[in-house]
Amino acid sequence: MEVVVMRAGLWFAALVFAVAACALSVDRGFAVHMVICATAAAIGLIVTLRGGDFDAASRSVLRSPDPGKYDDEVIRWATIATVFWGMAGFLAGLYIALEMAFPALNFGIEYIGFGRLRPLHTSAVIFAFGGNALIATSFYVVQRTCRARLAFPGLARFVFWGYQLFIVLAATGYLMGITQGKEYAEPEWYVDLWLTVVWVSYLAVFVFTILRRSEPHIYVANWFYLSFILTVAMLHLVNNAAIPVSWFGSRSISVAGGVQGALIEWWYGHNAVGFFLTAGFLGMMYYFVPKQANRPIYSYRLSIIHFWALIFLYIWAGPHHLHYTALPDWAQTLGMVFSVMLWMPSWGGMINGLMTLNGAWDKLRTDPILRMFVMSLAFYGMSTFEGPMMSIKSVNSLSHYTDWTIGHVHSGALGWNGMVTFGALYYLVPRLWARTRMYSVRMINWHFWLATLGIVFYAASMWVAGLTEGLMWRETGPDGYLVNSFAETVAAVHPMYVLRAFGGLLYLTGAAIMTWNIARTILGHAQRDEAPFGDIVFDPARDVPLTPAAAG
Amino acid sequence: MTGGSTYETLRQLADSWGLAFMAIVFLVLCLWPLRPGARDEHTRAANAILEDDHDGE
Repeated sequence: MEVVVMRAGLWFAALVFAVAACALSVDRGFAVHMVICATAAAIGLIVTLRGGDFDAASRSVLRSPDPGKYDDEVIRWATIATVFWGMAGFLAGLYIALEMAFPALNFGIEYIGFGRLRPLHTSAVIFAFGGNALIATSFYVVQRTCRARLAFPGLARFVFWGYQLFIVLAATGYLMGITQGKEYAEPEWYVDLWLTVVWVSYLAVFVFTILRRSEPHIYVANWFYLSFILTVAMLHLVNNAAIPVSWFGSRSISVAGGVQGALIEWWYGHNAVGFFLTAGFLGMMYYFVPKQANRPIYSYRLSIIHFWALIFLYIWAGPHHLHYTALPDWAQTLGMVFSVMLWMPSWGGMINGLMTLNGAWDKLRTDPILRMFVMSLAFYGMSTFEGPMMSIKSVNSLSHYTDWTIGHVHSGALGWNGMVTFGALYYLVPRLWARTRMYSVRMINWHFWLATLGIVFYAASMWVAGLTEGLMWRETGPDGYLVNSFAETVAAVHPMYVLRAFGGLLYLTGAAIMTWNIARTILGHAQRDEAPFGDIVFDPARDVPLTPAAAG
Repeated sequence: MTGGSTYETLRQLADSWGLAFMAIVFLVLCLWPLRPGARDEHTRAANAILEDDHDGE
């Protein structure tokens, strides 16, 4: 009883604080955000006061099976959130791709202009879709590989719900124009503070689960997850150091300015790629690829060596985003050299994943989930080759500011991050809901092909667009004047923008099929009546030795 | 300390002892898995995740 009173008191204090902050707010966006916080606190208060077994209620809502040896409830929530935010993020991406091709789609409404929807798209796919996938898989993997239940179950639930609040605050903020103007770090100071609280809780749950392990060795996937959590905490704190203009307003001034600010931002930005989208997702790869292939990782030794190489090199690569700027030349060169060296540890990971299938490649014929993983590793290899190449100054002078960069990011994000997440979801959902397999295996294959084709359309059109832009922008006539106006380059790449949007549509369609498939699996519907996957019909007429051609 | 000397101090640290320290730590960490006896430990670690199914039975 005392605990309930204390908890309710805390929620009530949060509610009062949020309402007071709303009343005192100096701008409308901050007021709206405080209303959202007050709503969250009110929900927390009501749930606390109504009492009852929250986990039991949650299990009945999610149709969870009986609780097993491990604490999976929060993983089920995060799995559903991954699918939901994935669809939202892909849809936003398709819409802004169409806005680029057909600007009329802005409709003159400020809230859906490209500049507001674009950070909504990037944050939705990276932090909401990717972040929830990382929370779900890290909690799943750490329990299985440590053979220990999640430490601090209450805190783990707070991590999930607190992270969703962060996502909602960030997304609504972008639509209202609240932004720090820092790429991938757009949320303002109070949202950053909230994320810090959530992230430290995440770290605590993860580390204490590892400490409770009953397995002597810490499996390498957990190394990657831990480095991801720790480094993101450090990056987040340094890059978002800012002084609020008002304690009740949504504006702040960054502590670092000018070129220092730019360098810190890209030290953050590139390591968001390196540790959020690479280290974290490699953690996924190191668990789910061996499990799905039912073979141990090709070389455990390589996994450790490429782990350390990745950690030591990635952190220096950021300056390659600032070639030919006010950043000192030596710093640009340093960023370029480390980026080129990064190629090796990146391919170490790709080779390790792909070679795990050595001797089991035939499984690709019958297992579309494994196909997802292999395609994901292939795109990981391709984009981590393309990246170092683009970081070379002479290449960068052509590629920078063009759509080649966008294409590169998407071959990594859609190919590597998207595919490995889809594979992990297809692995997790039947297990988390105690189903024998997904509702439909053929639908997984449809998803695989739609997603792959979508990426091909996306990356190929952006290569062409990027090279067109780069070459047209630098083209000078005999008298030294630039030949093309900017508007001419926009017109030149218009067909490529349409093709890019088509690729996005294919990718979204694939994800929609996944959503349907996962929903029916969770709801426990009977498996779809379909021909078994990869079944080869025996034809005795064709099962004969080749007849040698009659001698002439 | 003036801004210029902070820069110089950090710069000198970065390309002397700082660099040597990082390089040595990195090399030791990379060579550590190659030590004798690591192979068995690695084989065990790599196979441990396959020993049981979803719910740890």
